[in-house]
Amino acid sequence: MAFNVIGKTVMKSLFGKPATAMYPVIKNEFYPNTRGNIQVDMEKCIYCGICGRRCPAGAIEVSKPDKKWEIDRTRCIVCNFCVQVCPKNCLSTERHYTSPMTDKSNRISTFFGQTVQEDA
Amino acid sequence: MGERTIIPFGPQHPVLPEPLHLDLILEDEKVVGAVPSIGFVHRGLEKLVEKRDFHEMMYVIERVCGICSFIHGQGYVQTIEGIFDLEIPDRAKFLRTIWAELSRVHSHLLWLGLMADAYGFESLFMHCWRVREKILDIFEETTGGRVIFSVCKVGGVWKDIDNETLKKIVEVLNVVEQESKDLTNVFIKDFTVQKRTRGVGVLTYQEAIDVGAVGPTLRGSGVAMDLRKLGYAAYGELDFEPIVEKDGDCYARTLVRAREIYQSIDLIRQCVSKIPDGEIDVKVKGFPKGEYVSRLEQPRGQVVYYARANGTKYLERFRVRTPTFANIPALLKMLPGCDLADVPLLALTIDPCISCTER
Repeated sequence: MAFNVIGKTVMKSLFGKPATAMYPVIKNEFYPNTRGNIQVDMEKCIYCGICGRRCPAGAIEVSKPDKKWEIDRTRCIVCNFCVQVCPKNCLSTERHYTSPMTDKSNRISTFFGQTVQEDA
Repeated sequence: MGERTIIPFGPQHPVLPEPLHLDLILEDEKVVGAVPSIGFVHRGLEKLVEKRDFHEMMYVIERVCGICSFIHGQGYVQTIEGIFDLEIPDRAKFLRTIWAELSRVHSHLLWLGLMADAYGFESLFMHCWRVREKILDIFEETTGGRVIFSVCKVGGVWKDIDNETLKKIVEVLNVVEQESKDLTNVFIKDFTVQKRTRGVGVLTYQEAIDVGAVGPTLRGSGVAMDLRKLGYAAYGELDFEPIVEKDGDCYARTLVRAREIYQSIDLIRQCVSKIPDGEIDVKVKGFPKGEYVSRLEQPRGQVVYYARANGTKYLERFRVRTPTFANIPALLKMLPGCDLADVPLLALTIDPCISCTER
């Protein structure tokens, strides 16, 4: 009995497909539900700042006068709370994680909304 | 009688990745006493309730522990719902139960792997973790995260699982059950493994009750106490009996956890067949006022949450009593009389989670 199990396992390990994927040649597939990078659609954003106030990690900063939406990628804990509370549904999560960075100055992503041209 | 020596065990030790420190008092090779000390990874998460609003706090509480993260979140929202006196929809209750039981399966498989690693059976360790990977994939597919799920909220859950995915989960679990059988048979029937675990670190029925052990440590000593029997979430509608072993040694505790994997898989099957359609959340209005205690069964045992709210958006006091904290006295009861070489194994059989304990 025990030899059967051992034999089966050995054969599976020798001739079967490996349990791991050959990264980076074969990349892991993400699911539609996967929580990844937070993205913002600046055309819909009304700069209400709810996402920034509700963020448990304090990673988001919104400025209405500058029409600026800023996220600190290294502080973000990808809990999706900002996406859930956004009244305009302009936030979404991408299906991949934030890529690693070598330079800390890249950690903040800033997005600017379109400024309305005032007639002189 | 030999000379007494004190040998420090931890906080850095090859067997335990987490910082548990024991001062072992030895007479030759035998342990005669142990003095524990914890406090190496204290983060002060309970204090944070005074600065984060009670909705946001869910995401903080989930990060108390990486393995029972879902049940921590569930316990927290259950406590807040208790203060609000809020009844959540049935479907949300069943979804919470499914995720909680999946957490239990993955936690026990992880523990079995660590146990195998503790006595040097590395290939078994890797096979346990290979099987566990399937459960993590289910989590990612249904919740979006592999370790931290962020699906609980005060008043229900954020995400629904459609019926097709539920069927798929059961199919995956059938495969997991089949593969776990081969693995757990090694823990249960293998002669060499039994040599390491049988009769080691016996905790008798009375001792287990006296020191207030919880979870599989308590059930391994013959006490049939499982908080899921309280009927929180959807457990009241499911049919199960607590798993109990009489011996109280390492083998009994391993057996309890191995059998609980199948029990959890069976509970998920029952949930999938009984889950009703409908809403998954109710709207929460206002701020909590009052206090509440809720108790849940985590993979490691009983966890107690206490919250006091004063009608503002911040809670006044929040407290978690985690299972490992309750099981450390049990560990100290088991240690005297064992060999030095068995100490890592005994420390593992209470399934210690130090980051839970110190929060």
